[in-house]
Order: sequence, then structure tokens, then C-alpha cells
Amino acid sequence: MRIDLITSLFSAFSEPWWKIFYDFSILTRGVDEWLRNLMTPFWTVVIEMVIIGVVFLLLYAVIGLFLVYAERKVCAFLQNRLGPNRIGPYGIFQTIADLVKLLFKELIAIKNADRFLFNLAPYIVIIVNFMVISALPFGKGLHAIDFNIGIFYILAVSSMGIIGVLLAGWSSNNKYSLIGAMRSGAQIVSYELSIALSLITIVILAGTMQLSEIIEAQRSGWFIFKGHFSALIAFVIYLIAGTAETNRGPFDMAEAESELTAGYHTEYSGIKFAFFYLAEYINMFVVAAIASTMFLGGWMPFHVAGWEGFNNVMDYIPPFVWFFGKTFMVIWIIMLFKWTFPRLRIDQLLTLEWKYLLPINLVNVLIMAFLVLKGWHF
Amino acid sequence: MEENIKEIVVGEQEDYVINMGPQHPSTHGVLRLVVTLKGEIVKNVEPHIGYIHRGIEKMCESITYPQIIHLTDRMDYLSASINNESVCLAVEKALEVDIPDRIKVIRTIFSELTRIQSHQLFWASYGMDMGGQTCFFYGLRDRERILDIFEETTGGRMLISYNCPGGLMYDIHPNFQKRVKDFIKYFRKVLPEYDAILTGNVIFTSRTKGIGHLSLEDAISYGVTGPSGRASGFSCDVRKHEPYSAYDRVKFNEVLYTEGDTFHRYLARIEEMRESMNIIEQLIDNIPEGPYAVKMKPIIKLPEGEYFQRVETSRGELDTFVISDGNKNPYRIKFRTPCFVNLGVLNHITRDFKIADLIAIAGSLDLVIPDIDR
Repeated sequence: MRIDLITSLFSAFSEPWWKIFYDFSILTRGVDEWLRNLMTPFWTVVIEMVIIGVVFLLLYAVIGLFLVYAERKVCAFLQNRLGPNRIGPYGIFQTIADLVKLLFKELIAIKNADRFLFNLAPYIVIIVNFMVISALPFGKGLHAIDFNIGIFYILAVSSMGIIGVLLAGWSSNNKYSLIGAMRSGAQIVSYELSIALSLITIVILAGTMQLSEIIEAQRSGWFIFKGHFSALIAFVIYLIAGTAETNRGPFDMAEAESELTAGYHTEYSGIKFAFFYLAEYINMFVVAAIASTMFLGGWMPFHVAGWEGFNNVMDYIPPFVWFFGKTFMVIWIIMLFKWTFPRLRIDQLLTLEWKYLLPINLVNVLIMAFLVLKGWHF
Repeated sequence: MEENIKEIVVGEQEDYVINMGPQHPSTHGVLRLVVTLKGEIVKNVEPHIGYIHRGIEKMCESITYPQIIHLTDRMDYLSASINNESVCLAVEKALEVDIPDRIKVIRTIFSELTRIQSHQLFWASYGMDMGGQTCFFYGLRDRERILDIFEETTGGRMLISYNCPGGLMYDIHPNFQKRVKDFIKYFRKVLPEYDAILTGNVIFTSRTKGIGHLSLEDAISYGVTGPSGRASGFSCDVRKHEPYSAYDRVKFNEVLYTEGDTFHRYLARIEEMRESMNIIEQLIDNIPEGPYAVKMKPIIKLPEGEYFQRVETSRGELDTFVISDGNKNPYRIKFRTPCFVNLGVLNHITRDFKIADLIAIAGSLDLVIPDIDR
């Protein structure tokens, strides 16, 4: 009976197995058909949701741990150091060891803290992250939910993360935390605008908000090349605003180490601190993933219109490799920001947003609309 | 009586007071700043000191002069060699010992190397205060080379205790001159890196220029010396005004700025590193032959009287004032340490700036906490 089940699963694939690297929907469709033959549609949906949930939970942890390791190595090489190199080859298990340490640490109860909100805050941050990451297209067919308002959904959900940060700062009964949370609130509310406007520039160019269609529109060339200087300006603004959005790099006002010790998560310990820490890195991944999807073609290989042979060679590289390659390149740039620049002051940060980025962005949206109207883009 | 009672609205008059320190990443030690805030704006800064007070001046009263040398290392540990020198010079002045040129020159070279490594550490930690963590490792990378030179000659790296009354503990290592020359060649090459990563950075300049302005009048009346004072135009370089050791035979510029803001306090230190290299270059090839120490009596007793010696440490003017009653230990000894005096101006120049500026200003005064508390 069990052998029957497995053979029927394999017989659902009509194509050779390696094709799933190029189009993941072969696998998902096969599994879906196989499940539908076994049980009622209701249970099929339930089981599929559970599988996807588990996969994303694993992905979340793996990406988080990998990014922590990558950041340590990148900053070490920028700083004439070696970075972690003791646990495993090149220290790749260092972050896992750190995670185990954090899991075993005591969760210190803070006197006079608002216990409920204090415990709730890290989960809000994590859940928001989780909701965003589920809407990202990782490869062809490797896409959990393909909304027709995909990018709008991502913007709406990702801005909810600030609630967790504000709650953490408010409920900790710590003055540093409160200052950090208030700074973070002002910062994220401001930079949300720049992110939205720079993405709107691309939405105008693509004519859709659905992520799969945005990527499909970049088949003949990535938007950063197709959209003239306007897309380039939007990309630069997005990178700046995205770095600010993740509370990183020169914009890490909320946890300014030399000023506020650790900002909003000063009072957190153990696994709750790990949640904040992990969320910060996943945030960075999300920002980079959106940058690569909207500007650099997502999982779409590098195509040049007219060069058939070149395009065919590029198609041999699987889409998810393209996606992760571009994403990690953007992450690398964001990491370079952090380890090169000193920190801005809070008023300079807000000046940069409201006096420079926002007006430039608004004009840029107009220019892009004009370009699209005239059909001057490639 | 009745009319004196005012209606107090809860929360209206309350200040938002935070304690920065004694354990805080930006105070570089156990300094506690009680900061009164209004939103992000600093209204008052009240330094609380004494967390690392060891009573060095009192301890000095019960030990002999050669032993005092080792205590002075522990005041401003980043200019340890210069602190030693100040006591040695005071003792030699009291005994009217004639110090050979070789000792003077070597002392000067060590003082200037100490100054460079101190400013390197300042640059490193200042970059970290401003959030640029890479600076810290760049600074320490270069400082390591000076510490290696110290180690080769003296055996110590930070608290080298190389000077002693009457000369030096031991002669310089045969490699010393070559290694110092190598270091200067190397450091002239990497100093532009410091400018590239921090001095020329637009974020850094916009955070420091025009912040924490200290006028010349205030610098003089508060007694702010060292690079912090010279950035305000206060010509206070003891090396220039009252040359000791071999400073009278070298040519160097006193780094003076008139702006007096945080950026120029920072810039003064960067420029002083260049000047220090000039001084070393003039001396390193001209170390005269001769003994490395003058024969002193086994037990040094200062004649009755009061003796005073000024030296320029990397943070400002260090004055040593010794009162002797003719015994082998001083009756009273007083160190006028630069950091204690420089700290006094902090509240005056940080008021009405932001929290982030407080860190930048306090960092630019380059405070070493054991030097404040002694």
C-alpha cells in the first residue's frame, strides 16, 4: 500500500526530475494532484498549508542563521579580522552554537514591565516577517501566494513590524528602550514613504502590482536597465530607504550602541532577543529580495533583447540561483553600508528623508509616468 | 505660608533623566553622566566621578620616588610614558642632576610614540562612538606596531615604566631605530586611510562640524588644555612654551585651530600625529652616544622644598607638584591631570545639543577615566 502511494506520487511527474530546478510548479502541481486523488479538497488544502508553513519556518531559520554568519564574515574581512573560524569548517556552525546558547539563556523578568506586551512584542515582529516572506517569489513557480496586489500587500504588512518595536520599547520600563522605540517609530514611518514611492515608480513602468507579472515583464531586460535613469534613481532611493527601514547601517538609530546601549531590545534576553535579532536579518533579506524582484528581475535570468544564444546560455542557470544571487548581492551592498559609514543623527535622518528623498521621489514618479505615457522606455 | 504652596501638575515639571554609565559603551570606562533630557535634547549633564578612585596621590606619600613612577602609569594609561617622565623630571630638577643628551632624546622619542599610539586609539574609539565600527580595527591595527616597538625595548606594551629618576631603565634595543623608521614610513602611508574613512566622510563631518563649540575664553577659563584646548585657539602646548627633554632642539608646529568645535578637536589630534612623526624623524637618526642612565644614590631623598614640573601628555597639560620634607618619600604630591579639568567643560558645551551629539562631544574631549579619578 505504501509503495503504491510513493509510486503514484512519482508517476504524477511527467517530466524529468531536474526540470523542477527550472520550473518548480512541476513539483507542486504533482504533489497537488497526488493529494487530491487521495483525499477531499478540504484536507488537501489543509495539508498543503501545513507543508508550506513548515517549509517557510525552516527557510526563515536557515536564512536568518546564514545571514548572521555572512554578516560576521563580511565585517571581519572589512576589518582585518578572520571572523568566526572555530566551530566547523570556516566557522559555519558558529551561529547555530550561538542560537543554542540563546535558547538556554534565562528569560529575565523585568520589574514593573508590562508583562503581556513585553512578551507579545517579539512575536509581532516575527509574524510580520513571516507574512512578508510568504509573498516573495523565490523562483519560477516557487511562490506561495501570488496576489494580484502583491507589492501592495508586502508594503502594507512590512510596515506593521514597527508595532512590535514600539511595544518592546514601551513595555520594557527602560528609558533607553523608550527613546530607541520612539526614534525607530519616527524613522520607519518616514522611510515607509520613500520605499512606497520608489516602488510605485516601478509599478507604473510594469503596469501591474502582481509580482509574477512584474518579473515576467522583465524577460527582455531588467527594469533597472529598461526604465532609463528614472528607475536607477528609484533603485538608489530604495536602497537608502530600505537600509533605514531595517534599522541598519548608518541608520541604526533605534539601537545606537554607543548612545542607547541596545535601544528597544535592551531588556530582552534569551530566545526573545534572538527573535528580534533574527527578525532584523530577515528584514534585510526581505528588503534585498524586493529590490531584486522589482529592479533586478527577480528570478529572471539576465537577458539582452536580440542576443538569442546569450539568452539561452543564461537560461541554463536555474531561476532560484538567479534570485538568491541577486538578493545576496544587494544584501552585500547593505552590509558594506553598515561597516563603512558612521551613524547619522536623528534629525539629519529625518532631514534626509523629508527634504531630499521625498521630493526627488515625487518628481521621479512624475518623470516615470511621463516616460511610460510617451512609450520612451525600452 | 499659604501663598507659597504652588500647584504642581504631575508630569509637567518632571525631567527625563537617564544615567549614562557607569557601565555604558560610550563612556570608555566607569564615568557616570546624569543626563537630563527634553525629548532628544540634552538639558543638563552632570558627571559623577570616583568609580575608579584609587588614591594614587595619597599612596605616593608612603612610597619612594622610583616606586611612584609605576603608579603614574596607572593614571592616564594611554600616555603612561609621559606620566613617568613628569615625575622623573621633577625629581631630577630637585636633585639638580645633569641629564645626558642621549637620555633626553630617547625620552622624547618615546613620548612622541606614546602620543601617536594614544591618538590612534582616540581615532579608533571615536569612530566607534560615531557608529563606524570599522575604524576601531583600523586604529588598533596600527597601534599594535607601536606597542611591538615598545615591547622589544622595554618588555612592556602599555604600562612600560621605561623612565626612572636619572635616566632610563635599560638601553634601547639594537633594532629600535630601524623599527621606528619602518613604522613612520608605514604610518605616513596609512594615515590618509584615516582621512578617507572618517575625516572626509560627509556623515561624519555633518555630525561634528559646528557641534559643541568651545570659545577661546571658555577654554582658558575652564583650563581646557591639550588638543581640545588648541582646537579653540588656546596656545597651551607645554612642549613649545616650556620645552623639556629634547623638545628645544626639534622644529615642530603647534597645531592650532580657531573654530573650537568637535570636528576641529578631532582634526587637531590627527594633525598632531603628523607633527609627532616629524619630531621623531628629526631625532631618530641623531641619538647621541653616551650612558642610558646617570648613577643615582640607592635611596633617593629630595631636599626640603617644593618642586613643580609641567609636561604635555596626549590629552593636555600634566603638572606634577612635589613637596618634600627631606625624606625618601614625598610629603605631599599633587598631579594636575588634564582629563579631570577637561571633563569640567562637558556640561557647558553639550547643553541644547542632542543625545547623539553628547556622545560625539564627550568622545572628542578624549577622556580617560582613571586619569580623572586618579
